[in-house]
Parts: sequence; C-alpha cells; structure tokens
Amino acid sequence: MKYLDEYRDAGLTRKLLADAQNIISRPWTLMEVCGGQTHSIIKSGLDQLLPPEITLVHGPGCPVCVTPLEQVDKAIALASLPDVIFTSYGDMLRVPGSTRDLFAVKAAGGDVRIVYSPLDTLKIARDNPGKTVVFFAIGFETTAPANAMAVVQAKAQGLTNFVVLASHVTVPAAIAALMDSPDVQVDGFLAAGHVCTVMGFWEYEPLVKKYNVPIVVTGFEPVDLLRGILKCIRQLEAGTHTVENAYERSVSRMGNKPAQAVIQKVFEMTDRAWRGIGVIPMSGYRLRPEFAAFDAELRFPELQAIETKESPLCISGLVLQGRRKPGECPAFGTECTPQMPLGATMVSSEGACAAYYRYGRYSFPSPRAAPTKGERVMKRIGVRFDDR
Amino acid sequence: MTDKLSILGWTCPRPLQNYPTIVMGHGAGGKMMADLIEHLFAPAFDNEWLKQMGDATALKLPDGKAAFTTDSFVVSPLFFPGGNIGELAVYGTVNDLAMRGAKPLFLSAGFILEEGLPMETLGNVVTAMAAACDKAGAKIVTGDTKVVQRGHGDGLYINTSGIGVIPAGVDIGPANACSGDALLVSGTMGDHGISIMSVREGLTFETEIKSDSAPLYGLVEKMMLAGKIHCLRDATRGGLATVLNELAGSSNVGIEFDERKVPIRPEVNAACEMLGLDPLYIANEGKLVAIVPEDSAEEILSAMHEHEFGMDAAIIGRVVSEHRSLVTAKTSIGGMRVVDVPAGELLPRIC
Repeated sequence: MKYLDEYRDAGLTRKLLADAQNIISRPWTLMEVCGGQTHSIIKSGLDQLLPPEITLVHGPGCPVCVTPLEQVDKAIALASLPDVIFTSYGDMLRVPGSTRDLFAVKAAGGDVRIVYSPLDTLKIARDNPGKTVVFFAIGFETTAPANAMAVVQAKAQGLTNFVVLASHVTVPAAIAALMDSPDVQVDGFLAAGHVCTVMGFWEYEPLVKKYNVPIVVTGFEPVDLLRGILKCIRQLEAGTHTVENAYERSVSRMGNKPAQAVIQKVFEMTDRAWRGIGVIPMSGYRLRPEFAAFDAELRFPELQAIETKESPLCISGLVLQGRRKPGECPAFGTECTPQMPLGATMVSSEGACAAYYRYGRYSFPSPRAAPTKGERVMKRIGVRFDDR
Repeated sequence: MTDKLSILGWTCPRPLQNYPTIVMGHGAGGKMMADLIEHLFAPAFDNEWLKQMGDATALKLPDGKAAFTTDSFVVSPLFFPGGNIGELAVYGTVNDLAMRGAKPLFLSAGFILEEGLPMETLGNVVTAMAAACDKAGAKIVTGDTKVVQRGHGDGLYINTSGIGVIPAGVDIGPANACSGDALLVSGTMGDHGISIMSVREGLTFETEIKSDSAPLYGLVEKMMLAGKIHCLRDATRGGLATVLNELAGSSNVGIEFDERKVPIRPEVNAACEMLGLDPLYIANEGKLVAIVPEDSAEEILSAMHEHEFGMDAAIIGRVVSEHRSLVTAKTSIGGMRVVDVPAGELLPRIC
C-alpha cells in the first residue's frame, strides 16, 4: 500500500540497522514514549533486529493504560445508570475497573456503545433526547482536538443531554516527571509522532536543555522508528541533546494551529492522576468553566463518592515508567493475560504488556514442556528465574 | 443474488400479501404458518425429500463416512455487498462439511423470525438460500420456523445443519498436520469482515469491498484430486490467525508463515490500517486454509489456481516441530513475531 509499504521495506530496514551498528560504540537506553510505537516495534520484530547495545524501554504514552482507575470506575458507574447512553473509544471497554469492566456493564444491560469519533456521539444525543449521552473523553493531545470539537458543537447545537467524562493527559509533563524520577534511567526519548502532529515540538525544547537528553520526534512504522532511533543514537554518540524531527512528513515545529486552538478554547491545564504512576502536576486537561454544563462529573455529583481498588499484583505503573519490562511481572502470562487482564497495560492495543504477550513469545518451546509464559519472556529478556 | 426481488414472483402470493410483515401468528403452528411453508419455503426449496413433509425426513446416504455439522447465523445487516444472511447460512454449513472433505448433500434450515420482519426481506433471503443451495449442490430437506416478539431478535436468525459424505480413503482433519507440511490459503484475507464493517459503520471506500461468501466444495474436490491433504479449515470468525492457532493446537505443531505472502486486497489493507485492525484476524466466508504434504503443495496450488474460488491461492508458510501450539510470522522487515488469538471482540484502536 502506498505511503505504508515504503516504511515497512526490508531493504531500507537493513540499511538503517547497518548504519546504527556502525555508529554505536556503547550501550544506550531509549524510551519510545507512545504505546503505538511499542506495538509497532514488537509486532514488526524490530526489537530483535536492533544492535544489542540499544535497549528500548516503553513509555507512558498509552492513553488507555494511564487513564486513572478512578475515572474508569466513574465510567462504569455512569454506564450502569438506566437513562444513560455511554459512548467510548473501543479500547476502553475491556479495561478493568475496581470490580468489572465496561463490557460487563453492557452485558448486564447498560447501554454502552463504541464510537470511532466523538462527533458520532452528538448524533446519538440528538436521536435520543430522553437519555443523557456521556462520552468518555480520554487520551493525549491526539484525541483532545476532536473531543474538544464535540463539546464546541454540542454547545453550538444547544444539546443539553450530552456530557463528557474528561480524563485527558499531556506528554511533555510526563517526560519531565520521568526525568525527575531518580529510578528512571533513560538516555534519549523517541517522542510520539502523532502527538507532535497536533502540538508541534517546540514544547520539548526547554526539556532537552533542562535534562540534557535528546528528544527525537518519531513515527510509527518500522522505518520511521529506525530513523528516530538512528538520529537519537547519533546525538548520544556525539554528546549533543537537541530536539530533532524524524517524522517530517507529518510534523512541523509549531504543529496544527487550529487543533491547538480548539483544545485551548475548551480545556485548561490541571493536575492529573496517571494510573499506576500517580499525580503529575499540570499534566492533563479539564473542561474550562464556560463549558461546565458539559462536565459529567458536575452533572452526576454522586460520582465523587467512588472508592477504587487496584490489583495488588499489577506492576503496570513501573512498566509505564520504563522501570520494569512486562515479562518481569510475576503475574505476566499467568494471572494476567489479555483475556483476564489485571491492569490496563495488558488490555490496550497500545499497552506494553499486551504487545509482549501478543507478539513477543516467539522462540520458545511448547508451553507444555516449558516454564510459564512469564518465565519464558523473563528468560528472553535476560532475567534469571532465581532473580525474582 | 442481493438484488431486491418482489414477492409477486411466487406461485400463489395472495395469502402472504395479506401480511406484508411477519406477525406472531406465523409461528403459531396454524393456518398462517402453513401458508408461509406452502407459499414461501416449499416452492423455493422444492425437492423430493422436502415433499415428504413429515416430522422428520427419511434420507438414503451414499456409502462412506457421513459428516454432520451445524452453524447459526446472526449477521447484521442482513444484506451486505457481495452477499446476505441466506447465502451465508448455506455456504457456512456446506463449507464446514467440505473442510472434512465431505461432499455436502442435505441441509436443515431453522428460522427465528422477529415480529415485524418485512415479508419481502424474508422472501429475498429464502430465494438467495435456494440459489445458494443450487450452487453448492445441496438440498434443504427439513426446516423449522419460530417467531419472537418485536425487540427480541435482530430481524432474522438462521440455523442450518448439514450432512455430507466423505469419500473412501479421504482423511482430512485438524489433528493431521505434520512437521514439514506446506501451508496454503485459497485467496485474499479479510474481505467479508471488512465488507460487513463498512456497511455497519457507514464507511465508504473508493472501491466497494465485497464479501467473499462462496461454497468451497468444488475447490476442495479439485484439490483432493491433485494431491493428499492433511488439514482444511475455512477461515471464518477470527480470521486466518485464529484458524492457524487452532490447527497448531490440534496437531501439536508449530506454524510459521510469511506476512508478505498472505494475499490481502489493497482496499482491505487500507481499511484495516484506518480502523486499527489486523487483516489476519478479520473473518472470511469463502476462503480456506490448507495444510498439505510439502511434495504435493505445488500441484495442489496449481489446481486451486484453476478454480474460480482459488485464483489468488498462495503458499504462505509451513509446519514446524519447534514452538508447538504457537504460530509465528515473519514480518515485512524480516523480524519475527507471535501471532496470537484475539482476546475477545476486535476493538478499534483509540488513535
């Protein structure tokens, strides 16, 4: 397919890999920020082809994974109400709340619908004037413009039965929080290309100065990822730390101005809890007061009484900070699988644990003859069983 | 086959025309139900066995092992580009028989109709089923109708069961794959699922993506003449990836294939990229996966290429003795990955 095949080309991949091998002189640890990048790396098998000196750690950029449990539980409570139609991006339906997920709510009679665009939700609201239609507005700067646009249009159309449960997060604050954490050892970042398509990359310029790390805006196809990795390694080998753009076909320094304008119009910055990580100051968006009429949490004040309960086994917070690999979790592949996830990282098509589970178990003997899946992956990534 | 037909075409439409939609009485066992059978089902499926009109139909089967299967069909919408629920209900069951090498002979058809279903819709579905039976060489010899209240069904559900006969000497089954065997697919993957999804989600593409719904026994017959076959599966729900995992599990072997060799239409690929889906997991309704001894693979492939439902057939991989019960793929950039079964419903990606 045009515009895709050339970025999945085996010959070009080999050339870029050889370039990386030629310039690398010592080990480097890079973090790909976005979960979409993580999946592409594991799905294409790129992780096995990279020079052994390069370690990729997986970042917090999975919108489904970092949506706090409290918001998931609120979504589940709202979706269970009889006069509510709850709409969401498909990924969120299997994310475990404290006691169940949105699929379970749907099976129990809740009206839960998958939408591709938040604007589809407005039509549902117009068609169902007797119901309150709630949209689960989650995600990074990528989904924020469309979610904001839905609120703007709802206001313009005078829709009174449409509200959003907003739980937006932003990338630069997360990178800063990771660099401030003493446990995180990352030499360079591959910034999320789609976020930068919206926001540009000027926001990262203060970060490279403050933390002395290169940040390279990187796309999602194998060749895009390799170009990002190569630029990052070049900088590390040369001892430089600037923001570079390896996703030129989509990203400009200033980004998409109209998209930023609609975010600004509807949302303001707020402290936000990230699932498994904790509260990161000024790391999310909430609705501005002039759009308070569309805030599900104000429309349904009873939501504030929700108590949450996280699985004691799940280490997704450490995975999301790049401090643990999925296979290092004792529950990986045993108590926790995509069929029975304990944490969101095992659910989402962008979650690191799901990526390892789905694509990363490739060279091991029959499950009948072998140790558990978790132990097999641990073996693969070099953790000895007695290290646990 | 998807053309809208008028119910005026039947032998004696008058009794049915009095009811332009299905009402509860059509399932009550009385005169209305008899009218439905007499004026709709019986003329459409007309054959000597159905004419017995007993509580059960007496059948004489040719010599050989019989194969027996059942499947239920709940597709929405009922009509979609390239097919409809009636065709699926026939082809789904005859294909399940064909995957054991059995020539499909007799089918049952159970209809669950929702009150309010337009009679014309039912007529179109039944006509399509009759045409599909002709194409597949099978006869509907017994049936049943129930009506459920409005809101308790999705218009129309169909269950079909089928009986076929496996010729002497044929042994095709999911546990027969051996290390070294070649892995073949009969054509492009994902057409049916994307066709349904495009109608359901209101997505339009430059080229209309049509369902691949087709009866496969003719193709299987040609393949069996060309060489020995170990396993056959039609790659329906869950797509190629799910079927390969099932075969790897049943035969306790590993399966390896090359992603680049899997035939996929560019428009299906584009739709999957846009929706965040993987074509390896998308349903097909007229495609099979075959595992055959390596030395007969080329001959079987040539035979497939000569058949209208196997023109795009390809050898995509092989059976290995390593990583038993696990399916792996060589990726486009030359890496390797595991191809797992989906956890549940396919979910579109957020961004």
